[in-house]
Amino acid sequence: MLRIENISKTFNPGTVNAKQALNNFSLHVREEDFITIVGANGAGKSTLFNAVSGRFITDSGRIFLKNKDITLMPEHHRSRYIGRLFQDPMLGSAPGMTIEDNLALAAGHGGWLSRISRQDKELFRERLSLLRMGLEDRMHQPVGLLSGGQRQALTLMMATINKPDILLLDEHTAALDPATAEKVLELTSSIVSDKHITCLMITHNMQSALELGNRTIMMDNGRVIYDVCGEERNRLTVSDLLERFKEGAGKALDTDRILLST
Amino acid sequence: MEFSAFITLLQTSLELGLISSLTVLALFLSYSMLNVCDLSTDGCFTLGAAVGAVFALAGHPLLALPAAMAAGMLSGLVTGILQTKMGINSLLAGIIVNTGLYSVNIGIMGNSSLLNLNKTDTVFSILKNALAQTTLADHYRMIIILCSVALVVIFLTVFLSTRLGLAIRATGDNPEMVRASSINPVFTTLVGLCIANAFTGLSGCLLGQMQKSVNIDIGSGMVTVALASLLIGNSFMGKGRIGKRAIGAVLGACIFRIIYAIALRFNMPAFMLKLVSSVIVIIAISGPYIRSQIPMMKRRFEARSSVTGKEEP
Repeated sequence: MLRIENISKTFNPGTVNAKQALNNFSLHVREEDFITIVGANGAGKSTLFNAVSGRFITDSGRIFLKNKDITLMPEHHRSRYIGRLFQDPMLGSAPGMTIEDNLALAAGHGGWLSRISRQDKELFRERLSLLRMGLEDRMHQPVGLLSGGQRQALTLMMATINKPDILLLDEHTAALDPATAEKVLELTSSIVSDKHITCLMITHNMQSALELGNRTIMMDNGRVIYDVCGEERNRLTVSDLLERFKEGAGKALDTDRILLST
Repeated sequence: MEFSAFITLLQTSLELGLISSLTVLALFLSYSMLNVCDLSTDGCFTLGAAVGAVFALAGHPLLALPAAMAAGMLSGLVTGILQTKMGINSLLAGIIVNTGLYSVNIGIMGNSSLLNLNKTDTVFSILKNALAQTTLADHYRMIIILCSVALVVIFLTVFLSTRLGLAIRATGDNPEMVRASSINPVFTTLVGLCIANAFTGLSGCLLGQMQKSVNIDIGSGMVTVALASLLIGNSFMGKGRIGKRAIGAVLGACIFRIIYAIALRFNMPAFMLKLVSSVIVIIAISGPYIRSQIPMMKRRFEARSSVTGKEEP
């Protein structure tokens, strides 16, 4: 599905601020994998997503999506196959446009000069009702009026309205209050499993890293230090995970956010 | 003032307002939708007027309209390429194109800074002759202008609800989202600027043909006047649907011209137009900001006066 081969990325090369964010990183994601990614701040998790989604082109290495080489493909071309959610709920939708307009853009049915069809409107209402947030009755309101949780749920809907080849979730619940975060996570796992979407999710919550998905990888210094799935993963506890990090990185995983969220 | 003089005054300001409303609609697309302040508007307006005049002088007054629009589009394309493909700041790109257009416009006008269309057929004179001796004879100018404005408003309303139009609006509304979606922001910016500048060109062309003369300064200050009109329209129509907001832009342009005409009646010198439009833009943009600061200023002021009060005795 997604094959990442030895990619590297150095920011500010040749200066005192040079930072190797990805270090010969390789990863093979299988069809319908749901991988959770954990690691300390600066481990290269978001950089990995930026590399896959094409925000920048990697210095070396190759990326294949469905056996197609996308290493040099520009970002807006990749976006057709890659859905993406950010931590900041404000980033994923246009606040001055209505819910319907936002969904229409995401769905992208028809040609450039086509307008929103009746079937599309029906489809949008039907999909939004799955969120159980009452958004289906607010189709003509600007998205800027929604709460952070509603906006993130809408963004999730927009990213999956056409099934993406892969869905990248970059701590998409970290900016929400705990109850809303829980709800958005539930929505995420139900949509991902219903539509059989291949998914990578960055999280700082060790508990959900182990509960969600079928595989967990741990990153440090731009590389994978621990990769676990199957039976071994099922037996793993949060403290085991922290222990593994210590072994792999040679230091304790001790950012406040991670400790607080365990 | 006599009633008939008042009507004439009103009609003239409405005509001028509606013509400039085409430029206001252009800014509605580039400034309100695409969030790009296109400073090449002045030069592009003159470009449209110059191209329109040259075509009229060559005996093609009707062809002048699409030609002026095409010229505007080309100018918008250059501005767009400078800011999306060549790493030039969008404000600077507009200023550069504006400066360059000055030479281009003089060149188009045949190395002259003034073209006279007094003895030339224009779209206005054609319709005037066609309507002679009918009841509409006096309204030929209004008919042409109203039709163009109506067509542009309808076009914009329909266009902005197509997928491409939505993509253009999203580019201005949340560039971050557009970058992460399958829309190419370079493409949407270019299309938006081309269409906007086509309207600016059309606006210049119509004004030139109506006035029967084009000089190199015909567009100077146009961007500020149009921005003032746009903001006046916004304050009337607020944030509604696109069609309503487009009509608001047209209304704003008319209101601006009428206020200006009234001010002239009260002996405001004509040269004050540009200053008045600058002040309107300043008030309209800074007003909401300053209003939001007032409570804080009040608290600071009260805090200061209570502190000095304690120290006094």
